[in-house]
Amino acid sequence: MGDNKKIGELYLINGPVVKVRKATGFMMHEVVKVGDSKLTGEVIGLEGDNATIQVYEETSGLKPGEPVEGTDRLLSVTLGPGLIGKVFDGIQRPLDALRVKSGDFLQRGIVAPPLDLDKKWDVEVEIKEGEEVKEGQVIATVKETPLVEHRIMVPPGISGRAERVKASGKYTIDTTLMYVANEDRKHKIRLYQTWPVRVPRPYKEHLMPDEPLITGQRVIDTFFPISKGGTAGIPGGFGTGKTITQHQLAKWADAHIIVYIGCGERGNEMTEVLEEFPELVDPRSGRPLMERTILIANTSNMPVSAREASIYTGITIAEYFRDMGYNVALMADSTSRWAEALREISGRLEEMPAEEGFPPYLSSRIAEFYERAGKVKCLGPEDKIGSISVIGAVSPPGGDFSEPVTTHTKRFVRCFWALDKSLANARHYPSISWLDSYSEYNTELEGWYAENVNAEFSKLRARAMSLLSEDDNLQQIIKLVGEDVLPDDQKLIVRVAGIIKIGYLQQSAFSDVDSFCEVKKQFEMLRLILMFYNRSSALISKGVAISELLNGDILNTLMRMKENIPNDRLEQFKEIEKELKNFFDSLDKKYENIKEAS
Amino acid sequence: MPLKEYIGLSRINGPLIFIENVKNVGYNEVVEVSYRGQTKLGQVVQISDEFAVIQVFQGTEGLAVDTTRVKFLGKPLEVKVSDEILGRTFNGIGQPIDGGPEIISGTYRDINGLPMNPSSRMYPRNFIQTGISAIDGLMTLIRGQKLPIFSGNGLPHDRLAVQITKQAKLKGEKAGNFAIVFSAMGIKHDDAQFILSNFEESGAIENVVTFLNLADDPTIERIATPRVALTAAEYLAFERDMHVLVIMTDMTNYCEALRELSTFRGEVPSRKGYPGYLYSDLASIYERAGMIRDREGSVTQIPILSMPNDDITHPIPDLTGYITEGQVVLDRALHRKGVYPPIGILASLSRLMKDGIGEGYTRKDHPHLSSQLFAAYSRVQEVRALASIIGEEELTDIDRRYLRFGEAFEREFISQGFDEDRSIEETLDLGWKLLSYLPSSELTRVSEAELKEHYKEIKR
Repeated sequence: MGDNKKIGELYLINGPVVKVRKATGFMMHEVVKVGDSKLTGEVIGLEGDNATIQVYEETSGLKPGEPVEGTDRLLSVTLGPGLIGKVFDGIQRPLDALRVKSGDFLQRGIVAPPLDLDKKWDVEVEIKEGEEVKEGQVIATVKETPLVEHRIMVPPGISGRAERVKASGKYTIDTTLMYVANEDRKHKIRLYQTWPVRVPRPYKEHLMPDEPLITGQRVIDTFFPISKGGTAGIPGGFGTGKTITQHQLAKWADAHIIVYIGCGERGNEMTEVLEEFPELVDPRSGRPLMERTILIANTSNMPVSAREASIYTGITIAEYFRDMGYNVALMADSTSRWAEALREISGRLEEMPAEEGFPPYLSSRIAEFYERAGKVKCLGPEDKIGSISVIGAVSPPGGDFSEPVTTHTKRFVRCFWALDKSLANARHYPSISWLDSYSEYNTELEGWYAENVNAEFSKLRARAMSLLSEDDNLQQIIKLVGEDVLPDDQKLIVRVAGIIKIGYLQQSAFSDVDSFCEVKKQFEMLRLILMFYNRSSALISKGVAISELLNGDILNTLMRMKENIPNDRLEQFKEIEKELKNFFDSLDKKYENIKEAS
Repeated sequence: MPLKEYIGLSRINGPLIFIENVKNVGYNEVVEVSYRGQTKLGQVVQISDEFAVIQVFQGTEGLAVDTTRVKFLGKPLEVKVSDEILGRTFNGIGQPIDGGPEIISGTYRDINGLPMNPSSRMYPRNFIQTGISAIDGLMTLIRGQKLPIFSGNGLPHDRLAVQITKQAKLKGEKAGNFAIVFSAMGIKHDDAQFILSNFEESGAIENVVTFLNLADDPTIERIATPRVALTAAEYLAFERDMHVLVIMTDMTNYCEALRELSTFRGEVPSRKGYPGYLYSDLASIYERAGMIRDREGSVTQIPILSMPNDDITHPIPDLTGYITEGQVVLDRALHRKGVYPPIGILASLSRLMKDGIGEGYTRKDHPHLSSQLFAAYSRVQEVRALASIIGEEELTDIDRRYLRFGEAFEREFISQGFDEDRSIEETLDLGWKLLSYLPSSELTRVSEAELKEHYKEIKR
């Protein structure tokens, strides 16, 4: 011991960036212990014997001449039972354990193992002595929470014969379950594995996404769906509801696992998730949402380099669960803070800046991140299918979508949910603009909607969308000359678009009934609204005055059905349909003779 | 350990001094710079084994390269805190300037504090009644929140801040362990005087701690002022169990000091010359609001900033809005109309309001009512725009009713006296009264039951 330890010497300190000389043998992205207080850092540049290091903790008090010690390992995460329901900081330190060690404020230089080392898990071993196992193969399972079966896998790169296999039983995570022997050597297989965060975990092949990630949010599921394995960007200025939208997705998306990264955002928002998720119940399983959620919290006042790392920590954990054959949804709030962390560190390194001070490699970093999403065939003989859907919030300065992070994100995501300040100001939530947003998954998912919801679904969506865009044109006219001058058929479009906006697109995150809306309910609602339009339109073309149609309670019923009909009482739509039919049948009868007259 | 003292500098550049060949000095360490019997405080902002860069808080006026002495104190910038600070006035780096004695007992605290562990935070839910309808009804202030006032030059943000501090109380709780920390950065003497004399009048002065850095005080000192103030606030809140309201004004001056320093350091500028780390730096201030599980006290922040040229997309309000939990935006057009407080409803927001209002907090109908008022007032803006083109006579009946609602809303709801303290019930009832200008078919945000209970249509 001590002989092969690499120790360098600090010679410059500038905020989170420090420089070291005599750094012989340091690797790029190696984790190092900086100074006498052993702060965690990572090597981000090497030049001759000198190394540049970003430090994941506050650097006050560090002095030139203090030692910097190499650890011989890359910045990695520990993957195994105990991840779910936990809150980690950007470099996977468990925040509750830190609280026990250092109190309510985060002291410097404290470390804690990411996963509980003492907890004994009920392990079901599925491999027999002498069996041939392959990389990625599931060798044991642990019921980590009532919602998630944690599948222990052979780490990537290892295949061979299973030896000294332990029987099923209660084990801690550092128990050696078995050895896998091949020509090279015998590999210890524990309940956990580690993986460097900046290296994507391998898989067999990329598959085309063909199934939507159902979010229960009408504007998303109906108009701008994201597929399982897809990518989406949510840009919006402050106060437009990015975080609420992200929270809604984390709550209701039909994924097996949710990884939520609070990257440089508010502490109170993370606390809200922490307090709320254990109480909220998954509508599909009836279990608390926390039983499938992992949180990465690196709030805005925590060190900036750990913020940079938090995105990678999160996505590596997501990949690990994907490799088990799960659908994972990852929310990153906000990727702009991550990009700003890159800019800040780049500035301290005195690199030549590109647009708005961001480093020139910003777009490639964004691309690398979003490309780690996808639906894949996982490693292992079982041919498991897993997916990661990535939903990144973007916080454009001044709400200006032409800034670098938004424009680069747009290039690499296939779904763009633009949040609109004027909608947010009118408290129209979710304030996703139906005119500026788009989803490239619409056509790929048509088949799924036809098969699982209704063959008419895509047609209805297209019809509703065209009404909304006609309405947008008409609104320009209304702004200039008022609604009264429009002919009745155009007035009808404006009124029906109004019903779609208020009765369909608006959805309250705080409503017990409407916070989550089943896709079948979405379809029924849309069908009735468009039925109202079609039959009204027929009457108007016959010359019936629009005032005849807008009288009566039927409009009120259509606007309020989102709140009045719960997800499990969809048969009630039949009654509204009957009401609609009666209303129009009687009008038809009343104006029957007009047709004859003409 | 003996303190290290060096004589002579190698260079002076604006507020920065450079010293060569210093040994055993830490990053962020505090230094005493003395020249001709005068002493100033400074801080190490960059250090290598060849040189140290020091920012001098009180400016470098009068320093000479060859004879200035620099003493490294081996600790970060600290402030002494104890119960004795209540009722006292300090300068921007925490030294008493009210002629009173030095703070005798107490402990020294690093002004930078430490980040609160997100797992230790308690989500704020307690509604603070400010007695101001626009705020209580539509952008409710919650204990432990950071809710800035975005203002402009010549707008009455100081009056509003004073009115909030005078009237703020928890529903059903008596005053008592309540303290105000007032942190002034680069504001005018008159403004500071106005705020302080009002505290005095209200009898709250024994519970006020004041940190003053006025417009003619050294600029660089401002960088420490909010941190010193928040260190005092955290002590009072989390160790003395007090509910602390921190007023910080004007954050724009703080950011400008930061830009000045950054420029002298030769850093790569980001938007409008502000440093790339402005977001992180502001976050290290604003995130020091909140509540902690199993502790009594709380830190609530009301930072005030003036938007340069009333531009809300300027980096300072923009980055602030991304960190704080909402914003109260003052509106020049309302101010011209004579509305006090001129709160621009649509641009304002309280993010924590949703969990601190409604049944058990304020009143059951509050969430829907506020949403409806926002929606209706937003429609008013559209109708006004239309009316300005086609004339009021051409408007539909409904649109005309919106106009009347809008006028009444500004005159009766937003507008109120400087000494008028409305209870939350009064505010909510007033909201319903105004909604009655509109027909019930327009009120889609409230439930039918709520309509039945509170709504009485006013027919013309």
